[in-house]
Amino acid sequence: MKVQINPDLCQGHGRCYDLAPGLFGYDDEGYGQVLDDGTVPPDQEHAARLAVLNCPEHAVELLEEG
Amino acid sequence: MAVDDRFSRDSFYTREDEPEGTRSEIITGPVGDWATDFSHLEPEWSADPYPIQDDLRQRCPVARTERFGGAWLPTRYEDVAAIAYDTERFSSRSIILSNFRPPRELAPIGGSPPISSDPPFHHDARKLLLPAFTKNAIARQEPSTRAFCHSLIDSFGGRDVVDAAYDYAQHIPMRVIADMLGFPPEDGPQFREFVEDLLEGINLPPDDRIERVSRLFEYLLAQVHDHLDQPRDDLTTYLINAELYGQKLDPSVVTGVMALLLIAGIDTTWSAIGASLWHLAKTPGDRERLVAEPGLLPTAMEEFLRAYAPVTMARLVKEDMHWHGVDMKAEDWILLSFPAANRDPAQFDRAGEVVIDREVNRHAAFGLGIHRCLGSHLARMELRVALEVWLERIPAFTLADDGAVTWSAGQIRGPRTLPLRIG
Repeated sequence: MKVQINPDLCQGHGRCYDLAPGLFGYDDEGYGQVLDDGTVPPDQEHAARLAVLNCPEHAVELLEEG
Repeated sequence: MAVDDRFSRDSFYTREDEPEGTRSEIITGPVGDWATDFSHLEPEWSADPYPIQDDLRQRCPVARTERFGGAWLPTRYEDVAAIAYDTERFSSRSIILSNFRPPRELAPIGGSPPISSDPPFHHDARKLLLPAFTKNAIARQEPSTRAFCHSLIDSFGGRDVVDAAYDYAQHIPMRVIADMLGFPPEDGPQFREFVEDLLEGINLPPDDRIERVSRLFEYLLAQVHDHLDQPRDDLTTYLINAELYGQKLDPSVVTGVMALLLIAGIDTTWSAIGASLWHLAKTPGDRERLVAEPGLLPTAMEEFLRAYAPVTMARLVKEDMHWHGVDMKAEDWILLSFPAANRDPAQFDRAGEVVIDREVNRHAAFGLGIHRCLGSHLARMELRVALEVWLERIPAFTLADDGAVTWSAGQIRGPRTLPLRIG
């Protein structure tokens, strides 16, 4: 499972890096960034789903395939 | 170094070719049918807008009024989002709905950039400010904010009843933004007047409004001069020195941005803190649970922001068009109600209830699209710290007098009188 951010949709609300700080950070302007390659460790799957479901802009995506 | 004469009184106030806006008739008084005559300035709306919005969502869902020279009120999440995203057809050149429409020539900058700006200027002006409002940049304000919240509660002394809006909530954003802009902390009470003048005096006669707005700009200009004499590490000095397109900012942009930062952060956050404390005072189960489970606060806070979203924006329709079932005319206002969107049952389960452990909460309290609230990380920090300190120091509290609670009128809604029994 991997997460990714669509930079065309992200407006810097910061819900992803609030809810899943192990998976997301942000740039100098506050736009969300995926840490490393976005691979979600099993213990962070719930946080990853919350980040997806709470993004007001629908900018965070989850790629389920392994 | 050359003297910065952008802000000399002569050059700042002598504006040639300044186009005039248009004024509409001031219409006040009780609303007949909210579907055809809505007014967010009437006491019924201030007291409790949610049943009105719920009713309109079912039967309109885009309400109309001939007040303010004509305005529309969408109430579904889908419609509010569509307008927020559509900067081609809806302009932000005035985001406070009133009886005065600023001239079209004011776009794309608007009077208080970047909130009043449209693309392409919007992006560039916003870019100047974003680094100062990231989560990390804001975290630097947290220790002083926390200490200030404690000092406010210390000042309650042994009183059994305090006004949580007047004695607590309002002071927190005033102090933080004064620090960030480098204004004297004791000027807070003046900020309150500026906020009320701009956001609540909508139906005052035009000359009164102009005089009140000019008081704010007199104050800001005095602060600019103070910072020109003594530059320091704060947002005012940053804006004075900032450059866009290879030039220093136009003086009206400097003071317009300062006005935005001062006004937009104050009664919004004050409202969010107040509404959250109001909810907890009248809902003992939620209050006790948050005291027992402080880790739930960030989740609960998002629910307070959803259910009691303080901020409604406005847009102006650019051209005549048929839109989602209604005929909009150029220059019609849109009252862009994020609070109404946040209570749309098509978007949220149990939309009308406050569910403090709601884990999935895709609310629009800070707006959607390019105008996402610049200060959202600041607002969230202030709200969290204000509630943490309050619940830690005053875990038990109730409404002292339900009938004495008053709410602000206009586009920013929150408690302005909130007597709580804390003893």
